[in-house]
Amino acid sequence: MALDTSLQPTKVRSAVTEHRFARWTLILASLIFLTLILLLPLAAVFVEAFRKGAGAFLEALQDEETFSAIRLTLIVAGVSVPLNLIFGVAAAWAIAKFEFKGKAFLTTLIDLPFSVSPVISGLVFVLLLGANTHLGHWLSAHDIKILFAVPGLILATMFVTFPFVARELIPLMQEQGTGDEEAALSLGASGWQTFWHVTLPNIKWGLLYGVLLCNARAMGEFGAVSVVSGHIRGQTNTMPLQVEILYNEYNFTGAFAVATLLALLALVTLILKTLLEMRYSEEIAASRRH
Amino acid sequence: MEVRVQNLRKEFDRFPALHDVSLDIRSGELIALLGPSGSGKTTLLRLIAGLESPTEGLIYFGDEDASKKTVQQRNIGFVFQHYALFRHMTVLDNVSFGLNVRDGARRPPKAEIRRRALELLDLVQLSGLEKRYPAQLSGGQRQRVALARAMAVEPNVLLLDEHFGALDAQVRKDLRKWLREIHDRTGHTTVFVTHDQDEAMELADRVVVMSQGAIEQVGTPDEVYDNPNSPFVFGFVGQSNCLDVRVNGGEIWFEDRPLGLKVEIEADGDAQLYFRPHDIELRDGCGGCIAGLLTTSRRVAGTRHIEVDIGKGHPPIELELSPSQAGSLDRSRIAFRPKRWKLFRAG
Amino acid sequence: MALGLTLTWLTLLILIPLSGLAWRSSELGLAKFLAIAFDPRTLSALRISFGAAFAAACINAAFGVVLAWVLVRYRFPGKRVIDAMVDLPFALPTAVAGIALATLYAPNGWIGQFLTPLGIKIAFTPLGIVIALVFVGLPFVVRTVQPVMEEIDKEVEEAAATLGATRLQTIFRVLLPGLAPPVLTGFALAFARGVGEYGSVIFIAGNLPFRSEIAPLLIVIKLEEFNYAAATAIAAVMLVLSFIMLLIINLIQSWSRGRYGYGA
Repeated sequence: MALDTSLQPTKVRSAVTEHRFARWTLILASLIFLTLILLLPLAAVFVEAFRKGAGAFLEALQDEETFSAIRLTLIVAGVSVPLNLIFGVAAAWAIAKFEFKGKAFLTTLIDLPFSVSPVISGLVFVLLLGANTHLGHWLSAHDIKILFAVPGLILATMFVTFPFVARELIPLMQEQGTGDEEAALSLGASGWQTFWHVTLPNIKWGLLYGVLLCNARAMGEFGAVSVVSGHIRGQTNTMPLQVEILYNEYNFTGAFAVATLLALLALVTLILKTLLEMRYSEEIAASRRH
Repeated sequence: MEVRVQNLRKEFDRFPALHDVSLDIRSGELIALLGPSGSGKTTLLRLIAGLESPTEGLIYFGDEDASKKTVQQRNIGFVFQHYALFRHMTVLDNVSFGLNVRDGARRPPKAEIRRRALELLDLVQLSGLEKRYPAQLSGGQRQRVALARAMAVEPNVLLLDEHFGALDAQVRKDLRKWLREIHDRTGHTTVFVTHDQDEAMELADRVVVMSQGAIEQVGTPDEVYDNPNSPFVFGFVGQSNCLDVRVNGGEIWFEDRPLGLKVEIEADGDAQLYFRPHDIELRDGCGGCIAGLLTTSRRVAGTRHIEVDIGKGHPPIELELSPSQAGSLDRSRIAFRPKRWKLFRAG
Repeated sequence: MALGLTLTWLTLLILIPLSGLAWRSSELGLAKFLAIAFDPRTLSALRISFGAAFAAACINAAFGVVLAWVLVRYRFPGKRVIDAMVDLPFALPTAVAGIALATLYAPNGWIGQFLTPLGIKIAFTPLGIVIALVFVGLPFVVRTVQPVMEEIDKEVEEAAATLGATRLQTIFRVLLPGLAPPVLTGFALAFARGVGEYGSVIFIAGNLPFRSEIAPLLIVIKLEEFNYAAATAIAAVMLVLSFIMLLIINLIQSWSRGRYGYGA
């Protein structure tokens, strides 16, 4: 057989890839979809906030009501997140390190706020603590205001954001097992010492991740907080609620200005989340395999 | 269907996996690609399949140039090391897959596909399991489904990639015999890749010994075992011992004395003497022998394996003695001479 | 100690409020409960909520698979950023998304202005609700499908090719069926989320009863009217339906695990 001078055979496409045309079509379609659905709304927030210039933007943020809304959001998050952190760790600790009946029930309970509409979450607190209930009577008799006041906002926010920390930690701690803790205990460490020096360092990245998500949700929660807040201007409006009020008054610059702050928070959250994921992918992958 | 590979070269990102490989595979033969990892045997198999494309060279199926054909067009049957069964399909659907995806004209009617698939399952002794899912099968059963699936398309050539690799030793032995039977019955040209020389020697009509991207030797198991053409083949295909020797006037000299082994055509100079542990005869203290101290001795099945220390920093020589030879062992000093051996030039 | 703390906390925070809801619902009495639940306006709101959530989840299922495919298998500039952005709906407050979408799709909005001359109205119609829910549910399908796609064995695709399947046949007969469990799970998650969504919908929806009023909004309206009974009844119906969703997800997962040896 005479040697073919063009010994270089034509390249045959690998068996497991698509035609280049198909590939780029799919990529393009995805990018268009994402732009329309995700990127445009994000861009709209920033553009509309600055439509009347940077001056109007800054002025809107300095408005008294807006200012107190910002402060309120910080307070609510500042209380809810640490508390949920503590109890989330406790819950994950209990579930991951101990055997007891009703574990599955407990886990489902923890997941419950996730699957319930935020409006319903707020509703249950109104039903429980409203003026026409036993509890409500007792509270107003003692002049304790929960609903339509800051404590109510905190309660509703905590309900809605409780699962975040626990859900990140439970699979993580389950995968890590009890070996380390048992070793520490056998060496004479107390329960508290074991927790502080052994358990906590092991879960720190999952914890950070959970706190990050918890905070983002706490600051941005709308539905549940809307129901329990009473919308008292300057007093019980968090930033998301303030956005609603300003928007409904056609104060678009104001609404979008506040929205910009929240959007920036979201972007920072995303960036931190990505950084955390990149650096500690194995640890977090364990908690992702939910 | 005969397969011919001509001057095949394959580079992955500058890393040369195959250098200038040429091979003729006869129609209907069962041929083994044998070699250690990195020898390029799997690469060669995948090139024949069309799962990779060569950097240079040609591949012929029969008289047709297959190099330009896609994997789908080559009509081959490939069995992967981990079987790659379709987990969401039943055994029957897996086996029928190749026939089901054929287009219009070439596709048999449904009843015919079913019949053929069941026939094949019967051939591989898995009748009755057609409704099971892969997750419900053992490793050996999955291997047979994979084989049946590959055979269903009446392939030009069957390609098996270390397909016994994931199984227990005993299952492996049983399946080897069974594979030979299937091959004899169906007559497909079959190429299989393995690093296990026992498997290659036991199964194959011919063995292709490969190392570092090139073919060292092609031949029947007997040829390759008895007449290896390189140190690598000698050492890889069976047990071997190696001594540095010198050729002097038609005689082989080891250290300071001749061994009583004559060579005819070899020119004088340094060389390496290769011989197998069982190809020796024991001597009673002779002038031309290799001698040393018996260091270990153990019984392995029907033979006795001993190690002899011949001193001066040489690695111990391993010998296999038949029962009669072992019987005459009563001293610690052993003297022996190779009965069959091969000489390779150093370097 | 931790267990005691956890139980106390969970009881206070979650169990009591939810049982309060159940208790209040039962206070109503069955007849009154059913009357509210089947009131035309309620039914309409439920239909709109569940219908829009279903449509949005379908869209997200289709595009989610494409997105996951593109992110897992292809390389292109900016892929890392795009991958991170998929989580934006998780991080962005719903009210912010709501006003942004309303601005985009209002008749004189960025996108709306091109569609009005064509006679297509998005804002203040159920279509707007669907788009808002597509935003909210986007990450669910992508994130449940991605890990499964990453684990797809290349050998399986090669096997299909050696057996003569074209690329399209391999994708539709071999790969996609294997992805059905995670797609279903992601679909159900997006659906459940969409049904309860409030903040991102109320700005774009227009909130006209019987046309674009979602169930959560109806609950809020009843609350503002101090009609606690109605609010409770509607909430109870929604909860029951959500619970059924969760159950279905779990059933799908355990079924597929039993049969195929793997789940979502």
